[in-house]
Amino acid sequence: MPEAMPNSSQAMAPVAEQPPFEPRIVAFFCNWCTYLAADLAGTSRMKYAPNVRVVRVMCSGRVDPQFVLDAFAHGADGVLIGGCHPGDCHYQEGNYKALRRYRLLKRMLGQMGIDEDRLRLEWISASEAERFRWVMNDMVEHVRALGPLHVQPGKEVFAEEVTV
Amino acid sequence: MADKPKVAFYWCASCGGCEETVVDLNEAVLDLVAAVDIAFWPVALDFKRKDIEAMPDGAILATFVNGAIRTTEQEEMARLLRRKSQLLLAFGSCSHLGGIPGLANLFDRASILQSVYRESPSTVNADGVLPSLRYKDNGHLVELPGFCQTVRTLSQVVDVDYYVPGCPPTPRILRTALQTLLGGDLPAKGTVLAPDSALCEECPRKDSKPENLTIAEFKRPHQVLIDEEKCLLAQGLLCMGPATRGGCEAPCIQGNMPCTGCGGPTSRVKDQGAKILSSLASLVESKDEPAIDHALATIPDPVGSFYRYSLPSSLLRRKKLHSGSNGKAAQVR
Repeated sequence: MPEAMPNSSQAMAPVAEQPPFEPRIVAFFCNWCTYLAADLAGTSRMKYAPNVRVVRVMCSGRVDPQFVLDAFAHGADGVLIGGCHPGDCHYQEGNYKALRRYRLLKRMLGQMGIDEDRLRLEWISASEAERFRWVMNDMVEHVRALGPLHVQPGKEVFAEEVTV
Repeated sequence: MADKPKVAFYWCASCGGCEETVVDLNEAVLDLVAAVDIAFWPVALDFKRKDIEAMPDGAILATFVNGAIRTTEQEEMARLLRRKSQLLLAFGSCSHLGGIPGLANLFDRASILQSVYRESPSTVNADGVLPSLRYKDNGHLVELPGFCQTVRTLSQVVDVDYYVPGCPPTPRILRTALQTLLGGDLPAKGTVLAPDSALCEECPRKDSKPENLTIAEFKRPHQVLIDEEKCLLAQGLLCMGPATRGGCEAPCIQGNMPCTGCGGPTSRVKDQGAKILSSLASLVESKDEPAIDHALATIPDPVGSFYRYSLPSSLLRRKKLHSGSNGKAAQVR
């Protein structure tokens, strides 16, 4: 036996390295602009961060604030909404409705202790694949810097909370 | 006498308003007493916890629990009454959704105790004493229930069969609920015993709601002379009607005040606050960001307004606590 063998009292149990934090981002993209930009980025074989789960909706105006809160409540670290540029909405007004809801929802998230930067709204047209790629990477890096969210205490946590 | 079904009422974190509803049944309370035995009702009748404990499980037909769950004692009572009752009803907003006490979920226990027992202007507490679970005084051990970090709804603690909405439920809603229970033809478990449509549907001012409603800025009731005929939203008042379950017959609107949302959401909505946010924000007139922000700034407290009665039952349930997170704590602005 080699002498270098550490004696048992000094030996540390091998600590499993925590895997580095990978942000989970839920994205709602409108069918007519941002989703097509994602499609174009794909067919153009652009590379971007793989952390985003995309949900296609017909219009950014279809994004109910409940969708955003539900995503956070189920473990999303960030939520991205993508729509057509102002004036370009396929349904004329949907993206303005999305903008208004987004502005108020951000304030409300702040009140709930969730960093407002975890929610983001971007206008990306069907031809802007390069911009799409940049937004994806930028969002992932922002949320990575903010760290994991861990928003929802489970029922078991509620029960443990009694100390006073 | 012994054959009459037993009904119980109990209160947890609440103001007592729901008990008023029972009294407000007026003559109908006599029909109630004729039809059932009231087995437990601490606010009005002298029963003790041991009376309930002595009953066999399931001895009570239906127990109406009002109030949110905030202390260990309330949780114990909720579990005890669940065991002794065939049907458990969440009675009123606090029990159903969390209610006004549920807004405490915007704070944590330490800051609540600090504020109430040390900082409030009317408090004299030179030694800064805070409530504790056990205290010895002259050799006697005094015990207090634990105070929870998070306010919960009844259904977040025990299994609930039906919900009776309102802050407080109107006597009519209670009467209908009692008739439903005693009639024997029970609705599906989990049903909210009130109509499943938004308050706007039964609003006496419904016809004055414009087809294309836009709002330049929101107004609070003390800032305007409120027209008694016209839709309150059309007057720029923050009315929760579009996102709130009706059945209450709109007493607030009839009193010329906007709906504050005590009926909770309809069955198609998960999160009442998010739904009214969606509805109100989209009504804002402007299309450019600074003007939108300016208009929305006239809602000073979005969470307090949109989740006045429903924060613990909302998707996020409470303000995020920063302890125990292994990431960088999110900053609160």
